Amino acid sequence: MTGPLEAHLRSRRDAGRKLLVPYVTGGLRDDWLDVLRALVAAGADAVEVGIPFSDPVMDGPTIQEASQRALDRGTTPATILSELRHVEVGVPLVAMTYFNLVFRAGTERFAKEAAAAGVSGVIVPDVPLEELGEWAPAADAAGLETVLLASPISPDERLARLCARSRGFVYGVNLMGVTGERAALGERSARLARRLKAATDLPVVMGFGVSSGDQARAVAEPADGVVVASAIMRRVLDGASADEAGEFTAGLRAALDAG
Amino acid sequence: MTAPVMGEPDATGRFGRFGGRFVPETLMPACLELEAAFRDAWADVAFRAELDRLLRDYAGRPSRLTECERLGEHLGLRLLLKREDLNHTGSHKINNVLGQALLTKRMGKHRVVAETGAGQHGVASATAAALLGLDCVVYMGEVDMARQELNVFRMRLLGTEVRPASSGSRTLKDAVNEAMRDWVATVETTHYLLGSVMGPHPYPWMVRELHRVVGDEAREQCRALTGGDPDVVVACVGGGSNAAGIFAGFAELPAVALVGAEPAGGAAIGRGVPGVVHGSKSFLVQDEFGQVQEAQSISAGLDYPGVGPEHAHLADAGRARYEAVTDDEVLDAFVMLSRTEGIIPALESAHALAWVIREREALAGRTVLVNLSGRGDKDVQQVSEILGDDAGRSRATLRGPAASPASPVRPAGPVRPAGSVRPAGSVRPAGPVRPA
Ligand SMILES: Cc1ncc(COP(=O)(O)O)c(C=O)c1O
Repeated sequence: MTGPLEAHLRSRRDAGRKLLVPYVTGGLRDDWLDVLRALVAAGADAVEVGIPFSDPVMDGPTIQEASQRALDRGTTPATILSELRHVEVGVPLVAMTYFNLVFRAGTERFAKEAAAAGVSGVIVPDVPLEELGEWAPAADAAGLETVLLASPISPDERLARLCARSRGFVYGVNLMGVTGERAALGERSARLARRLKAATDLPVVMGFGVSSGDQARAVAEPADGVVVASAIMRRVLDGASADEAGEFTAGLRAALDAG
Repeated sequence: MTAPVMGEPDATGRFGRFGGRFVPETLMPACLELEAAFRDAWADVAFRAELDRLLRDYAGRPSRLTECERLGEHLGLRLLLKREDLNHTGSHKINNVLGQALLTKRMGKHRVVAETGAGQHGVASATAAALLGLDCVVYMGEVDMARQELNVFRMRLLGTEVRPASSGSRTLKDAVNEAMRDWVATVETTHYLLGSVMGPHPYPWMVRELHRVVGDEAREQCRALTGGDPDVVVACVGGGSNAAGIFAGFAELPAVALVGAEPAGGAAIGRGVPGVVHGSKSFLVQDEFGQVQEAQSISAGLDYPGVGPEHAHLADAGRARYEAVTDDEVLDAFVMLSRTEGIIPALESAHALAWVIREREALAGRTVLVNLSGRGDKDVQQVSEILGDDAGRSRATLRGPAASPASPVRPAGPVRPAGSVRPAGSVRPAGPVRPA
């Protein structure tokens, strides 16, 4: 059973395009929906929307700060989802959050409300395979695709199970560590991408640390695409307008297309 | 045969509906490896003998059981203290740390990271790292670094790097966040030396087993001293490790009541609802959307919005109950034990005493065992700033007992002037214990 997120990414990949999945923290600023639209206009194939949590243990300083600023503005899961209801961006949206927000709302309620807001996929990094029973039934019932993360040290046996259970795409984590820009991404990214490509036909999208067009091209090369989050959010935190965030993202797009 | 009350969690690391392993994929292999390594070590007589030797010759176990005759008489009950304050480094934390540090070496890792609130777990970790030749980094909230300056220096003296956690509430919760972020990046060579019965499976179970020695010793010591078991066992609860350790020795004895004293400003069981943070499902102080709220306690070691999952389960099952005490009640208890017994307790441990003092009427004539989880040297500076020149003289009196023992939070009464006398039920009139 192929959901809309997976179908969309497959068709773009099969058309020979490297996938670009930029990220925006929901509710970061008044104009965060303009940022979202600018990312799509710049050539995003899907957009990850962060629903901020008070204790984001998988995130480095940039996303931590973005989350805190959004929370300080009074952002809640409900405000983000209700704002998303009114936008039609033309590419699938993937919500990224931590499990406590889902659990607190009630998994079924959260899944239904996310689906009703037009979200296609969900990433909950603190729900590993072993705990998926807490979330996946509600997500499946609501038609949400739950994207699983694979790490450079996931053994082959786990990678196979992850790939079999992931929906939409498989998210390969480029490095050991939290999100945040890195000057260089090591060999581990390419090695994991190759292992994932060998294990699944799902789109394989690599993320964490991707900071520039050159890095995006290199990381996407053995995979199907990249997620870029902190590099965009740092610019937005530093005051970049929606258009400027879009310009940076267009640069990533151009680098991927040139690859 | 029925399952033991404090036995092993199920295969998913759950105690009833709480616990689990809510960690990113990057950490999952390490959690699985740790569980296997602990299981193997715990069944290995050579490992157990090495740990027992360290606990005895290095940490000074068994810790003593002290009967508090003056304070007991004052309160109208029989008061026994399990003296974890007398351990090397001054608290129960050393039990867990020595076990995990040995396990770190056994797993072939050479570096540990730890979080600390009051600094006691950080100091214990730094100590074990020095003893066993491990690299050690301790994360500590900026607020706590300020209120526990001496412990920061101790850790540095022991060769540990102390890194400030400067996000969020800048207390224990944020130190845990930073330690987890470090661990995600370094897990191949680093063990996360978690300081309480929290976090993902196997930590809550492993840390409780490493502290079980407290309860096992206390049970035998009580029997030797009194010829029986205590009526009530009381311990303070932050993450809940000292409580889990002492409860484990009595959980199978249904006649023994188990009471956890939580800080009113961070009462996860009293005020929280189920949630998931730092790797496990438990009670958590949070807002309606699931954002974790900042705890607020006079004691850095209890300034945590969550609680270990096994405590959530013991509360659920009705085997233990958890009561909140206020900062004010804690200060009274801190002063009272100092003045009546010459024992300065850690502010954390004073929470357990504060509950006993408040409930003394209901406890009249009973034998009450309190886990004195740590000594108060680290808190003297902070308390001196609060009490000033009076040095707590005006607090050395008994205030009114709680309206009802079940009331979760009760504001402290007004501070009574020194020398005021009030008869409190079976408790004898309480002037200042030591006239100035
Ligand atoms: C003396 C003492 N008791 C208790 C605690 C709280 O920890 P736990 O609830 O895990 O026993 C601390 C933590 O720093 C402590 O230093």
